[in-house]
Amino acid sequence: MNKKTTKLEAKELNAYYGDFHALKNINIAMEEKNVTAFIGPSGCGKSTFLRTFNRMNDYIDGFRTEGDILLDGRDIYAKDVRVDELRKEVGMVFQKPNPFPKSIFENVVYGLRIQGIKKKAVLEEAAEKSLRRSALWEEVKDKMDKSALALSGGQQQRLCIARALAISPSVLLMDEPASALDPLSTAKIEELIYELKNEYTIVIVTHNMQQAGRVSDHTAFFYMGELVEFSKTKTMFTSPQDNRTQNYITGRFG
Amino acid sequence: MTNSEKNRLKDKAFQVFGVFCTFIGLIVLAVFLFDIAIEGFSRIDWDFLTSLPSRRASRAGILTAWVGTLWILVLTAIIAFPLGVSAGIYLEEYSKKNRWTNFLEINISNLAGVPSIIYGLLGLEIFVRQMRLGGSLLAGALTLSLLILPIIIVTTREAIKAVPRSIRDGSFALGASKWQTVWNQVLPASFGGILTGIILSLSRAVGEAAPLIVIGALAYVPFTPDSPLDEFTVLPIQIFNWTSRPQAEFLTNAAGAIIVLLAITFLLNGIAVYLRNRQQRKVKW
Amino acid sequence: MRVSEKIIEGLLWLSAVITILITIGIIWVLLSESIAFFSEVSIVRFLTEKEWTPLFADKKFGIMPLVAGTLLTTFIAIAVALPLGLTIAIYLNEYAHARFKQVIKPMLEVLATIPTVVYGFFALTVVTPFLQGFIPGLAGFNALSAGIVMGIMIIPMISSLSEDAISAVPRSLREAAYGMGSTRLQTAFGVMVPAASSGIVVSVILGISRAVGETMIVAIAAGQQPRLTLNPLVPIETITTYIVQVSLGDVPHGSLEYRTIFAAGITLFIFTFALNNISFWIKKKYQEKYD
Repeated sequence: MNKKTTKLEAKELNAYYGDFHALKNINIAMEEKNVTAFIGPSGCGKSTFLRTFNRMNDYIDGFRTEGDILLDGRDIYAKDVRVDELRKEVGMVFQKPNPFPKSIFENVVYGLRIQGIKKKAVLEEAAEKSLRRSALWEEVKDKMDKSALALSGGQQQRLCIARALAISPSVLLMDEPASALDPLSTAKIEELIYELKNEYTIVIVTHNMQQAGRVSDHTAFFYMGELVEFSKTKTMFTSPQDNRTQNYITGRFG
Repeated sequence: MTNSEKNRLKDKAFQVFGVFCTFIGLIVLAVFLFDIAIEGFSRIDWDFLTSLPSRRASRAGILTAWVGTLWILVLTAIIAFPLGVSAGIYLEEYSKKNRWTNFLEINISNLAGVPSIIYGLLGLEIFVRQMRLGGSLLAGALTLSLLILPIIIVTTREAIKAVPRSIRDGSFALGASKWQTVWNQVLPASFGGILTGIILSLSRAVGEAAPLIVIGALAYVPFTPDSPLDEFTVLPIQIFNWTSRPQAEFLTNAAGAIIVLLAITFLLNGIAVYLRNRQQRKVKW
Repeated sequence: MRVSEKIIEGLLWLSAVITILITIGIIWVLLSESIAFFSEVSIVRFLTEKEWTPLFADKKFGIMPLVAGTLLTTFIAIAVALPLGLTIAIYLNEYAHARFKQVIKPMLEVLATIPTVVYGFFALTVVTPFLQGFIPGLAGFNALSAGIVMGIMIIPMISSLSEDAISAVPRSLREAAYGMGSTRLQTAFGVMVPAASSGIVVSVILGISRAVGETMIVAIAAGQQPRLTLNPLVPIETITTYIVQVSLGDVPHGSLEYRTIFAAGITLFIFTFALNNISFWIKKKYQEKYD
């Protein structure tokens, strides 16, 4: 395997909700076009950490960070960084599918519309491209004007992925993207992740250790706000270095 | 009789009393509507709806009153809608949880409890005197707008609150700004609820007489207004005026006017209830 | 883009701030005119004189008769609305089927949507003649019919707020009472009502506040004769009716008579402001208790 460049990096990152110290001195570097899984028990800070990469925590009263988060070597919390520009670069898919109460087409092109793109041809091309990439095109191409809420849960989640891909990000954050789905839909999403990593840097939070094992190249284990261990997924699951990691992946707490 | 039998009897007795109490209000309402209908329906004809007021009860009509009521309805909606909805959006989407916001909220609940006649005194000093609008439609609509503002703000906030967090997150994650998210996602999703609140508050405004009397709306206006700066009367004031006259024929006129006023009020409430039900039947998030 | 965002936020903020300006406006208007009033009529006279005759040649400025009229009609209204409203709340919560409740509640709400001028008409032309059949001495204008009709208007307010309070009582409490063999009635009055008492008190206070500020019913049906009395059978005048009475007449702006309506208004405002804030305070304490 050739040496890949670092895409995302956290340096001495601390985060707080008011007085609560949610992330403690985190250092991590994630490679380009790679899937990194964040695992750990509930409340360990993995979702909070994920949400710092596109600054989704900005809207929470009392949330603040110390230290640096770097995207392509640039500090995303720097004053001159515009959040909307950042989010065009870093897409996100949520735990529960959250399609907008609009048509399938309008869902996919929403990100382009708010950038001011109005040309029908451009929007249609982008919609088809993103839906093909998220493996949903064949299922919805004849009902683009129908409400997105009429799709099944798995389809909705792939629609949300298409929606994120439409604005051509280079990073895709996924916050337990399959936790609300049935096993078949989950398998489809995992397959998709495998495809997408050829073009995107993907960070996925998951509760499901098998899933982490199946989809990720690297895995980071968080515990009580700390990054306990970060290594190749294979290494982590076969020979964890830390006791806490060992206990977690063998299911002694969760 | 054993104790437990006594208790069961008391329990039954209260149940009967409960049914009685529940229906007594409705029975009174029915009696009243029936009474009005008997007295007023015979009075309602084309002439009654299209005649100007008159000293002679049999010739008097409610043209100026219902035209004035429609004017007030439209003007109040135009003024109160943007103000109330904007304030609701600010409090729900923008304001931070701090003392200032808390103060704003307490103030709004306080305003909701201020008697309508006090708004009349406010309108009299500010709109009629200071802004020199006189007893005009505009002064009346401004006064009623302030009166219903708290209701619109509260219902707007509730409607916005019902939009799930995940919709906002989805929009933000695609690079949308706060306002883009509010405008493209939150408002369309909560529009039904907001509209319901506005219609309910307008039905309240349509029935108000006291604040308009205080700002000097007249009972006798011999012409229909054709600009917001004209003097006016409204149905509730016309009803009040006729009810205060000693002659029985005027009471019949009042009953006729009440039927028209109730028709407007019930129509507005009906629309609101319909919208609310439709909203609730929509797909759940 | 960023600038327009800021401008929009500023406009939204401004709309919210207007609500503060309304309060300031109300207080300023009431205060400035009443201060002018009290510079001519001492506050002691205002509070202690037993007659209110500002529109007559022999002027007296005692607010007491208007306050008495207001409290009398309010008392009658609550005497009607509280037992009925509370019984309805208990019945709907403890006895009625869910479906029945679903149908009945919106029907009761209709009572709250009827314009008050219509209630006034009802009080004057239906209730008073009806009561005169039993009560020979009942005047054509009186506090009794106005109060009763006002009570009917307030029923939905008390019943729905009390019902909210009762249904907020934890299920476990009710189950405990039933578990010990209580009847529904014993459960309702022994457990539910006491547990929901603060919420019920709030509903009553808000009902009082509503009745104190109610205008058209009393203006139509209770008379325009300020009178220091507790007799519900004779014409009286409330604070609100007085303001309407003066507004209908031709009192010149800036005269002492004109200012009386602001002095009456500020009295009314103080009453309702105090009642509303007491209810917030109780509500807040009550919420803390259950959290």
